[in-house]
Amino acid sequence: MSELKSGSNLEKVLKAGHFAFTGECGPPKGANVEHLREKLSHLKGKVDAVNITDNQTAVVRMSSWAACAILIQEGLEPNFQMVCRDRNRLAIQSDILGAYALGVRNMLCLSGDHQTFGNHPQAKNVYDIDSMQLISLVKKMRDEQKFMNDEEIDVAPKLFIGAASNPFAEPFEFRVYRLAMKIDSGADFIQTQCIYNMQRFRGFMKRAVDMGLHERCYILAGITPMKSVGMAQYMAKAVPGMDVPESLIKRLRGAGKGKVAEEGIKFAVEQIQELKEMEGVAGVHLMAIEWEHRVPEIAERAGMLPRPKV
Amino acid sequence: MIVANRKPLAEIREMVENCDKILILGCKGCVTVCNVGGAREVSILASILRIARKKEGRLLHVDEMTIERQCDPEYIEQVKDRVGQYDAVVSMACGVGPQFLSEAYPAQRFFPAVNTTFFGGAIQHGVWAERCAGCGTCIIHYFDGMCPIARCSKSLLHGPCGGSANGKCEISKEVDCIWDKIVRKKMEEGHLKDLLDPKPPKDWRTARDGGPRKSVREELVQ
Amino acid sequence: MRLSYPSNVKVIQVPCSGRVDIIHLLKAIEDGADGVYVAGCLEGECHFLTGNFKAKKRVQYVKKVLEELGIEPERVEMFNLSAGEGPRFAEIATEMTERIRELGPSPVKPQNAA
Repeated sequence: MSELKSGSNLEKVLKAGHFAFTGECGPPKGANVEHLREKLSHLKGKVDAVNITDNQTAVVRMSSWAACAILIQEGLEPNFQMVCRDRNRLAIQSDILGAYALGVRNMLCLSGDHQTFGNHPQAKNVYDIDSMQLISLVKKMRDEQKFMNDEEIDVAPKLFIGAASNPFAEPFEFRVYRLAMKIDSGADFIQTQCIYNMQRFRGFMKRAVDMGLHERCYILAGITPMKSVGMAQYMAKAVPGMDVPESLIKRLRGAGKGKVAEEGIKFAVEQIQELKEMEGVAGVHLMAIEWEHRVPEIAERAGMLPRPKV
Repeated sequence: MIVANRKPLAEIREMVENCDKILILGCKGCVTVCNVGGAREVSILASILRIARKKEGRLLHVDEMTIERQCDPEYIEQVKDRVGQYDAVVSMACGVGPQFLSEAYPAQRFFPAVNTTFFGGAIQHGVWAERCAGCGTCIIHYFDGMCPIARCSKSLLHGPCGGSANGKCEISKEVDCIWDKIVRKKMEEGHLKDLLDPKPPKDWRTARDGGPRKSVREELVQ
Repeated sequence: MRLSYPSNVKVIQVPCSGRVDIIHLLKAIEDGADGVYVAGCLEGECHFLTGNFKAKKRVQYVKKVLEELGIEPERVEMFNLSAGEGPRFAEIATEMTERIRELGPSPVKPQNAA
């Protein structure tokens, strides 16, 4: 990791050894640019980069790359998410070129939630390639300046390549190997699924560190503050691959009426503080779903401010 | 085999709405094995359609016949003397049947009575499951005989995705996560390493994506 | 024991209710029967283990078909009784006859034809 691969702010922050802090924002269900700008205003200066989701949970929204471009206009740095569900290899490569041309420098490669979850379950799914192959493709485009078919690219996209990892999905024993495969394929950084079971995450990180994965890639731990007991119960029951311990639900319930959100934030802040000290963790990815306005407070209380200038 | 389901009665009734005389033509191939379009199902559908029309007070003459296969000109030939006398022939074969019939007898109208669903087999009596996507380039030897193209909802070649839980797919608790099975089998055997080699993107030209397919065996062509 | 049961019930003997197929029930309706029922052994007492369960599922299938065609599904029924229950057999015959009387003639009757 001697010279910069993309020159993105996120890459520079991580390379300089700072504990990175990234945020997330879902594009609007429509072309409501004002609403998007409003949400983004809360994140400005509080995070190193903002993930822009790509039709998350298979619900149609403004395209990820377009929202990324608006984010750049607002003076923030996007982390362009792309799922394999909606595009074949032609669209994938052209969208990568387009996003790069608009100033995108970070990209997160995902398989994507299956379309049966979303608001167009009748859709044909694509899955021409999978997330592992998407990572390799972005790396090839950047490092070899070639398309998937080996043709030369006239000005190659230089992207800082991200991938996701879910330490809690099954089979558990295999998850760290899958993480290693993503790093082998070319992931420069990893953002994990939301962590609620810290004990299990510690175990996962210990294995990753034992395998030396943290030295080959920056691992950012995913945090989503719980807004309510209902949200915690929903995540525990209905979201596949999510581990929400009963003790956390109990703790939130115990906070009492009107104080659950505060307790959720308190837990998130405690998590971030622990993660800062955890070996192999290079940063935190804060997914405050439709709670962007609480990000400054969380960042402040977790001691993540001010963000480094690199 | 090819697995199919009978179409909803309302849909079949609508197809034959304006007919007075039809032939229901079964097939002794795959659709007989999956209990959808053999002689038994032909007689059941025929009786149902007669009942429906008797109730309306508008009789429907329904003849029944089941041939060896509807995907072979040799057997299609057997209905030569029957076609032409009907307002429609309702085929209970897979989607191949009514097409082969239409090609052989352009003057006769043929309707499909079944929805052709997948290549699979019976996992228990009365339950069939998909096993093959007909992608044209088999890779199951890499995965201990389990096909991620047909059996992973996302056709991932490097699974399981983050949505795998309790051995089930994120799309439904009724759907097995095939990647969970593949990984567990490899771990049991101590062959996890097999899965760690990256697989290249699939060449979909041999699948339907490459356009309608044809198989030519020169040694057999006359 | 000579028990009387309604004379409009035509009994067709089969070795096991599992022998009754969907087509037999449909044919009865198609040919104008106002109702048709299967009298099988008590559940768990089938000599062939599952014959009466098979019959039950087939009866359910035909009920569903009739419903789709706008015909009262109650015209088809499954009863379970042991071979020694003569009085119950007569009772069922009466019960079914009364049920069908209430429903009236089958809409599939040939005289319905225009």
